[in-house]
Amino acid sequence: MALDDQKSVFKFVGTRPDRPDGLDKVTGRAKFGADVSAAGMLHGAILRSPHAHARIVKIDASKAQAHPDVKAVVTRADFSDKVPFKPGLAGEFWNVLENVMAGDKALYDGHAVAAVAATSALAARDALKLIEVDYEVLPHVTDVDKAMAADAPVIREGAADYSVPEGLHPNVVRYHESGHGDVEAGFGEADLVVEDSFTTEATHQGYIEPHACLAQLGADGKGELWCTTQGHWIAQKTCAALLGIETAQLRVTASEIGGGFGGKTTVFIEPVALALSRKANRPVKIVMSRSEVFRATGPTSSASMDVKIGMKKDGSITAAQGIFRLQGGAFPGAPGDMTAMCAFAPYNLTNVRQVGYDVMANRPKQAAYRAPGAPMGAFAVESVLDELCNQLGLDPVEVRLKNAAHDGSKASYGPTYDQIGLVKTLEEAKAHPHYAAPLKPGQGRGISCGFWFNHGGETSVSLALSEDGSAQLMVGTPDIGGSRASMALMAAEVLGIPYENIRVTVADTATLGYNDVSHGSRVTYASGLATIKAARHAVERLCARAAAKWGIPEDAVKWEDGCAVPSGPNAGDFDPLPLADITANMGATGGPISGHFEATPEGAGVSFGTHIVDAEVDPETGKTAITRYTVIQDAGKAIHPAYVEGQYQGGAAQGIGWALNEEYIYGEDGRLQNSIFLDYRIPVASDLPMIDTVIVEVPNPGHPFGVRGVGETGIVPPLAAIANAVSNAAGVRMRDLPMSPPRILAALKARDG
Amino acid sequence: MTVKVHLWSGLRTLTGGQEVVEVEASTIGEMLRELVRLHPALQAPIEAGVSVSVDGRIMASDLTAPVSAEDEIYLMQRLRGG
Amino acid sequence: MSKLHVSTTVNGDSVEFLCDPRETLLDCLRDKLNLTGAKEGCGTGDCGACSVTVDGRLVCSCLMLGVEADGKDIATVEGMAEGEELHPLQQKFIEYAALQCGICTPGVLVAAKALLEKNPDPTEEEARYWLAGNLCRCTGYDKIIRAVMDTAADMREAS
Repeated sequence: MALDDQKSVFKFVGTRPDRPDGLDKVTGRAKFGADVSAAGMLHGAILRSPHAHARIVKIDASKAQAHPDVKAVVTRADFSDKVPFKPGLAGEFWNVLENVMAGDKALYDGHAVAAVAATSALAARDALKLIEVDYEVLPHVTDVDKAMAADAPVIREGAADYSVPEGLHPNVVRYHESGHGDVEAGFGEADLVVEDSFTTEATHQGYIEPHACLAQLGADGKGELWCTTQGHWIAQKTCAALLGIETAQLRVTASEIGGGFGGKTTVFIEPVALALSRKANRPVKIVMSRSEVFRATGPTSSASMDVKIGMKKDGSITAAQGIFRLQGGAFPGAPGDMTAMCAFAPYNLTNVRQVGYDVMANRPKQAAYRAPGAPMGAFAVESVLDELCNQLGLDPVEVRLKNAAHDGSKASYGPTYDQIGLVKTLEEAKAHPHYAAPLKPGQGRGISCGFWFNHGGETSVSLALSEDGSAQLMVGTPDIGGSRASMALMAAEVLGIPYENIRVTVADTATLGYNDVSHGSRVTYASGLATIKAARHAVERLCARAAAKWGIPEDAVKWEDGCAVPSGPNAGDFDPLPLADITANMGATGGPISGHFEATPEGAGVSFGTHIVDAEVDPETGKTAITRYTVIQDAGKAIHPAYVEGQYQGGAAQGIGWALNEEYIYGEDGRLQNSIFLDYRIPVASDLPMIDTVIVEVPNPGHPFGVRGVGETGIVPPLAAIANAVSNAAGVRMRDLPMSPPRILAALKARDG
Repeated sequence: MTVKVHLWSGLRTLTGGQEVVEVEASTIGEMLRELVRLHPALQAPIEAGVSVSVDGRIMASDLTAPVSAEDEIYLMQRLRGG
Repeated sequence: MSKLHVSTTVNGDSVEFLCDPRETLLDCLRDKLNLTGAKEGCGTGDCGACSVTVDGRLVCSCLMLGVEADGKDIATVEGMAEGEELHPLQQKFIEYAALQCGICTPGVLVAAKALLEKNPDPTEEEARYWLAGNLCRCTGYDKIIRAVMDTAADMREAS
């Protein structure tokens, strides 16, 4: 779509009305995953491997089955044997099946090996103790660099796909290499080359709501599933494949979702509950404990990275190279390719080369976490840039502006950028009072840019008008951060009726066409675009009714401010006909009026942000305080600015946790040592300052109102921005995350010799 | 018409070293089919999932989108979001 | 294991239930009384999503046994509004967009109400430390703290 067709003056879009689900959520009425029950319901519980890597020799469930409270026990044999194994990501259903219920081997501490359904949650938990499993413990590996070493235990032969060069360990399952120019020549032109290595640990999405579901599957192959998910159509499709039933026979309803951040884009307990229900012929509810969430659902990848950048004295980058090794658990899928493609994307480079590895280890299957793969790469690249600026005595914002990608630049991953907003975010950073504010002794300031690809995806939306002139809007993307409010605003803008007159529902899989998951920052972009088009479709039909009533051609009617009006003086002289006057007797003038849109929008557009952070390091304890934080990000067009700010603030807060505290800690035995919130410490209110936000609006040419997704980019810059602030405060380069107090103390000690 | 498709450099081993491949196609779907016909080894990455950038606009899945000789076309790894 | 009979008061209503001695107050509120406003985020008292007050004292209901509720006066998020009239905190949370997914919201509201009853004029730091036991993963706490501070100011003005 040409930008000229884009709407830029709005009545509803850009305002901050109360969200439609607000009342339910402040009164406790909203129904989340664990908040429903059914008559005759059983409770499921899952037995998990205590070993990081072990052959399952035998499972004896006879004692559990004999218990009167136990109504079903399932193992891998109760799932479909028709799911094909394929290398890499081509056999993702098999990977998911293997993850939700182990086959021959337990592949990580917490891997599901059997499950029971019993008459109460306590009875189910007790029954797990009656299941006897014989394990043959195997050597394990949890570290990414060790998993690539020649002597590492092989997790699964044949998992590597076409992309892996010969000679690499079988745990390396995918390989990516891209770039352009001649990096060696570029390094030769540089006045200074900095090369350094960095690591980040796995972190968990940390949504406060554990996975929960209620499943019913009968012998007739018809099922019902209620679950907390970012995408109920993918849950439907995956569960159907894993259970060997037809997709359409399983109706999935998404509950309110208590946070996902990428971690609820796949299934874990849902197929297990369905299998138990099929066997017991009763509804089965499963709710994960927090410890299960940590041990057995997707954390991010851990990463080990080498970055080399050459720069001239004037700050121009001559060449950049990055090698990114990502560990994604015992399955293919670690986003080393995304890390590589995003790492240098903010910069306009003549010579760039990036390599990504996807490496398996004995850890839970990684899941997406907000811009999956991008934050790690940005940490390494932006740290090296900061070091170059420090050594050359250059201003970090000026250097980034000098090298920033802009409209027409060749991206590090290949194509030429369309209209992008990076330069604007840097200019805003430079002009922001935060950037000029003096620092106190012991404080340091850090800057980082960040990039993320946004996504479109399959989208279906339906809008139905009521006789009284109100509208029902059905979308298929679970609302993870206020999207029902944004959808209603966009529909109100097109229909010209008040925001409050539109009721937005997240429809179940039986009442709307397929929808891709709420991921890839796609909801406001794609469901928003679909909402606008569905509303326009309804408006066309409203205009047609007015035309029929007035006896003039349909194209002689236009829609203005909620009314059909003649399109010009030649069309005739008729009073504006309000929407409610048309719908009042729509049944007798041609039937119900609805609007639809089903498509895969492909204009999501890429997204950039720049963060400024001040940090203060306590030299006695090694503890870091974030004293000031500013997020600047391009939203294209902010539909509901309060929730755009919320995405920025939330991304920054998660990044602060990742940078300073959060990490998966494995013991020598390969067991996760910190599977509760006491030991896996996410930021609390007293850890954080207010988080200032600047919404930049460079319209996305691919959306009718100019929207760019905002959900993910906000977590890309924080790791680097904070590491730069801490390094500048401490006077020593921090190369490993998290920058926990012991690590900072050790760095300070090393600095002082 | 003849379109020029830029591959990511990791795919060069599958095309005998070529990083730009010329094929006859008018849609993304035809283009991918032709790529596999000319270079059968490209079937694996294309099956595993690719996105296609046409003049900077990244298509995640639309096989019907048109491509023409003037377009800048890049094959990319399939994008995955959180 | 035989169940025990518990009589208690929840949001002003007299209620009775039978519970296993191992069941927590949170289990009883959710599964016996269908009061699912309090959430289980961790089961170890670290996240505060299950916050309720017992005889006016803020507690994590996942750390208290159901049988211990006997004879006590329990208040949950479901009792915060008076009829159709929302508590000022509830109103302000909607107005300030102080929730995204909303799973932590019931616990945060119960805890914030307890704060303002104890200290009607908290500093930002006091509010942040009081709410440090309530994890929120979506908001970065910015809008939550602003909503609490502004509610406190309004309530002081009104009283």
